[in-house]
Amino acid sequence: MRSKPVLEVKNLTTSFFTDEGTIPAVDNVSFHINKGEILGVVGESGCGKSVTSLSIMGLVPNPPGKIVSGEILLNGEDLTKLPKKRMRQIRGNDVAMIFQEPMTSLNPVYTIGNQLVEAVRLHQKMDKKQARNRAIEIMKLVGLPRAEELIDEYPHQLSGGMRQRVMIAMAMVCEPKLLIADEPTTALDVTIQAQILRLMKKLNENYQTAIMLITHDLGVVAEVCKRVIVMYAGKIVEEGDVESIYENPKHPYTIGLIKSVPDVNQKIDKLYSIPGNVPKPGSIKQGCAFAARCEFAMNRCFSENPPLLDSGQGQSVRCFLHETVEDVSYSV
Amino acid sequence: MSDTLLEVKNLRKHFPIKGGIIGKQVGSVKAVDGVSFHIKKGETLGLVGESGCGKSTTGRLLMRLLEPTDGEIYFEDQDITRLSRKEMKSLRKEMQMIFQDPFASLNPRHTVERILSEPLIVQGIGSAEERKRKVREMLEVVGLSSYHAKRYPHQFSGGQRQRIGIARALMTRPKLIVADEPVSALDVSIQSQVLNLLQELQKEFDLTYLFIAHDLGVVRHISDRVGVMYLGHLVELTESERLYEGPLHPYTKALLSAVPIADPKAVRNEKEILTGDIPSPSNPPKGCPFHTRCPKAMDVCQSQSPKLQEVKPSHYVACHLYHDGELQ
Repeated sequence: MRSKPVLEVKNLTTSFFTDEGTIPAVDNVSFHINKGEILGVVGESGCGKSVTSLSIMGLVPNPPGKIVSGEILLNGEDLTKLPKKRMRQIRGNDVAMIFQEPMTSLNPVYTIGNQLVEAVRLHQKMDKKQARNRAIEIMKLVGLPRAEELIDEYPHQLSGGMRQRVMIAMAMVCEPKLLIADEPTTALDVTIQAQILRLMKKLNENYQTAIMLITHDLGVVAEVCKRVIVMYAGKIVEEGDVESIYENPKHPYTIGLIKSVPDVNQKIDKLYSIPGNVPKPGSIKQGCAFAARCEFAMNRCFSENPPLLDSGQGQSVRCFLHETVEDVSYSV
Repeated sequence: MSDTLLEVKNLRKHFPIKGGIIGKQVGSVKAVDGVSFHIKKGETLGLVGESGCGKSTTGRLLMRLLEPTDGEIYFEDQDITRLSRKEMKSLRKEMQMIFQDPFASLNPRHTVERILSEPLIVQGIGSAEERKRKVREMLEVVGLSSYHAKRYPHQFSGGQRQRIGIARALMTRPKLIVADEPVSALDVSIQSQVLNLLQELQKEFDLTYLFIAHDLGVVRHISDRVGVMYLGHLVELTESERLYEGPLHPYTKALLSAVPIADPKAVRNEKEILTGDIPSPSNPPKGCPFHTRCPKAMDVCQSQSPKLQEVKPSHYVACHLYHDGELQ
């Protein structure tokens, strides 16, 4: 079942212009999210996953950051070319975002109700009373207990999990078509994380909201996503169905990443580890960004940049090893 | 007793809450409330739990970075809670700590050489020449190079800084290392490097670890035995294989089933997702601390706090379901 994409990102490049030179944090990235789909974006710090989401929201700090080229099509409308006023209408209404740290993203001097009502009234014609009722309704929807009392409380009176529910309530209040969640559960404990992930899945099923879930946790992706993008140093290195990527990862980085995670369900003597460090954004000018850490690196990997190649079954990979259709055999 | 390096008996730490104009004590946060366990020589004891469960406080109490309210800590059969500051200082070369945040735990104005020689200077070990040599040796041991000694912390990545933190802990050749979330600030690919390093060092230097973490996968990987904490209490303690294959306490069960598994084909049982939040440790529930969220809570759980009992050989659980060692 292939539906029309809600979001299409084409050749997006977002660079930061610093004293040390131009740093392409997101480098020629293209992907799409279909209606009602949950797309996972995985990668380590500095791989450009958060800058991608900020580019979509039009929130890249400028200066020093700037979208240099590419298109971001939301239902066919190019967000990179919109005037600020139109962007403000879209942000919160059609695309909403939740962040990692629920404490710093809520204003500590306003009540929960104040902040939710503001979000409602910015985008929908409602009087204060209606907006308050809508806020209570959405708070109940995201599973906040005693919503009628909670609405008059301040963020510091809530626990981390409850604050993240408030953030989700605020994001869902206008029933956006796309929800961007940037590490929504990283700051939470595992039992609370499970609650929040279940809530996001429920909202996705009930409202057909497409979700772009950015995370470094491969477990979270396997749990909730249908499709996944793996990013490394500003580029997409692998893309495909969650099942095929976990079953048969093709890019050496993806393979290494999956093998590096200690499993709760079995114990192994020695963990696999990728040698070296995550490169500083923009430090690798030539060749494949992963070559220096890759155990399969060939000479050409250091001089040429591999393209993103289709490797069949809806999976694509940026690696010379998969250039030929015959699979280069090596053990996973 | 000879193979036990550290034994903790009934350890408590209550932080006072002061209020009012004259700052009278109006309550207390029971961060650690009656915890007992022991660590054998050369083993790794993992301590897991969610935020606020008291695992970090326990680690700090063992080092006497915090003074316990009550209880005893025996290090090589010596009760260290009675030692004077001076005696404690010289004992600290036997026990060292690795911290979570490699950015905050290294002095940004000191070179790596200075950072690593500090423990030796404090303990009065070696001449300046010897210290210099030891620093260089230790840098090689943790996978850095001796020329890194002249650099400052900001010139290193997160993983390299954590290696420096580990090197610093090893400088005095300690017997016990308390590692408080040593890999949780690191990226996945770096995390596995550091975990492997910790395991290699354990063999090389004959170390005993108390490994505090919230990541259950990491703890399983590195630990021989694991203790699970909830609201200042140890609720389950056993060998790591036993704990992960057959958890007994309802909290451990819920905790394990909440961990997302990095395998989309894994059998998805309808998860036992806990409702509600962790109660505040300043006002813990009466009886069993977990009864407010426990799916199997009984009447007795609301009034009586269960004791940690051995219900199977070397498997300790604090839960009324397993009262008197009888499995129900």
